[in-house]
Amino acid sequence: MKFFFHIGRYFLMIKYTFTKFTKWSVLKKLIFQEIDDLILGSIGIVAFMSFLIGGVVAIQTALAIENPFLPGNLIGFATRQSVILEFAPTLISIIMAGKVGSFITSSIGTMRVTEQIDALEVMGINSFNYLIFPKIISLLLYPFLITLAMFLGILGGYVASVYAGFSTSFDFIQGIQLDFQVFHIVYTYSKTMLFAFVLATIPAYHGFYMRGGALEVGKASNISFVWTSSVIIILNFIVTQLLLA
Amino acid sequence: MITVNNISKSFDNIKIINDVSAVFDKGKTNLIIGQSGSGKTVLMKCLLGLLDIDHGEILYNGKKFDKDNISTISHLRKQIGMVFQGSALFDSMSVLENIIFPLRMFSDNTDSEMINRAKEVINRVDLKDVDNKFPSEISGGMRKRVAIARAIVLNPKYLFCDEPNSGLDPKTAIIIDKLIKEITIEYDITTVINTHDMNSVMEIGDKIIFLVEGKKIWEGTNTEILDTDDQMINDFVYSSELFKKVKLAQKKN
Ligand SMILES: Nc1ncnc2c1ncn2[C@@H]1O[C@H](COP(=O)(O)OP(=O)(O)OP(=O)(O)O)[C@@H](O)[C@H]1O
Ligand SMILES: [Mg+2]
Repeated sequence: MKFFFHIGRYFLMIKYTFTKFTKWSVLKKLIFQEIDDLILGSIGIVAFMSFLIGGVVAIQTALAIENPFLPGNLIGFATRQSVILEFAPTLISIIMAGKVGSFITSSIGTMRVTEQIDALEVMGINSFNYLIFPKIISLLLYPFLITLAMFLGILGGYVASVYAGFSTSFDFIQGIQLDFQVFHIVYTYSKTMLFAFVLATIPAYHGFYMRGGALEVGKASNISFVWTSSVIIILNFIVTQLLLA
Repeated sequence: MITVNNISKSFDNIKIINDVSAVFDKGKTNLIIGQSGSGKTVLMKCLLGLLDIDHGEILYNGKKFDKDNISTISHLRKQIGMVFQGSALFDSMSVLENIIFPLRMFSDNTDSEMINRAKEVINRVDLKDVDNKFPSEISGGMRKRVAIARAIVLNPKYLFCDEPNSGLDPKTAIIIDKLIKEITIEYDITTVINTHDMNSVMEIGDKIIFLVEGKKIWEGTNTEILDTDDQMINDFVYSSELFKKVKLAQKKN
């Protein structure tokens, strides 16, 4: 029962977020602030992680197919597929659930426990719109991060396999270009957008409706991470079933 | 003037506010007093519509306070200022930005007009050299002043203060109390203050409502409260040695 209560309240929160808009001049500033915090602030970790993960994927693939009868471009092909379809959108989103998600929960949660949200409400400001809408809008730029992750992931794979001697540069690049399907791009960016929405709203929900003090803010961030990453995994499964299977 | 008729509020089936009726007068500092946990903050949040009441009604100047009537409520909200128990300043903004915030939201003033108005209220609450500091960089007493400045920047008709002097030394506490009282008279506004501090009660208790476990058990003025025979009030008033001595001295005269 509790579960349905939360689901209902979550969707109500989203409805409130898109009603009674804050003054545009104020909202604009908030959006730029969020882009800075959520997107630009994540470039470093996303770049670092995706490059190394791409490298590992390429090496693993190379070790798994050490068979002279398989074509040499297979490593590049497999790396591209895994990075674009899975590692960039899904794994990076899980990492972002930890980074961006807990930031959102703790910043909104702190505002809740220190009555800053009440202060907004007393002034007649729709705190849902004021706090959550700019986060959702700034995460419209999330595909930019994922594209970066794809690019660096494949680059990482290239560097690892060519320099470790698993593949030649020519073979790897040929592998990347092999059998390219536009629908895979549609699939991967669809789920990226879905994850972006989840990343903005589920942590916001946990911050918004938390109770207690500073200690509870920490707990709320934990619970928020568990939920956000679980929902991402579940949605990933559903979307893959629907679009690819 | 704010009129409260028979309001009740429960959390998880426990009545926190129990059938409270009261009138808060214009141009006066109206106090809600009671022990910690007696429901003062909850009552104030009900008055402000931050919590939904289960029963009863709240009237602002004779008009029903209806949270869901968008047009009347947003008009009324601009006439309400609130000083929260922990000041509730926006900690991502400087002191000046905090005070300008309501203006930015609800006025069409230019930046320089807003800054001028903010400077006016900053002077009014006797703040100096803190404009560009952040809330975490100033003392508790200063934070209260900033919160008061933010609450009055739009010239409210109603001012709410939840324990405005908690956590302050006795001298600063009285200065803050007096400031609120002066502002109340100066702008002729309806001020409601939560407190459990007897000094405040004596200093600014124009009208007092006494809460015990969410029930109003007494109302009167700061002169009347010393003379009442009610046991519960006496326990509250004379819990401090100082006031016991005052009472003894009065009896001797
Ligand atoms: N959101 C809530 N959910 C459940 N119970 C609550 C909630 N808010 C307050 N209470 C309960 O209501 C009672 C009154 O709390 P309130 O904060 O109004 O006390 P108070 O008189 O303001 O005390 P203090 O002087 O310490 O601020 C407390 O027992 C508290 O546990
Ligand atoms: Mg309180």
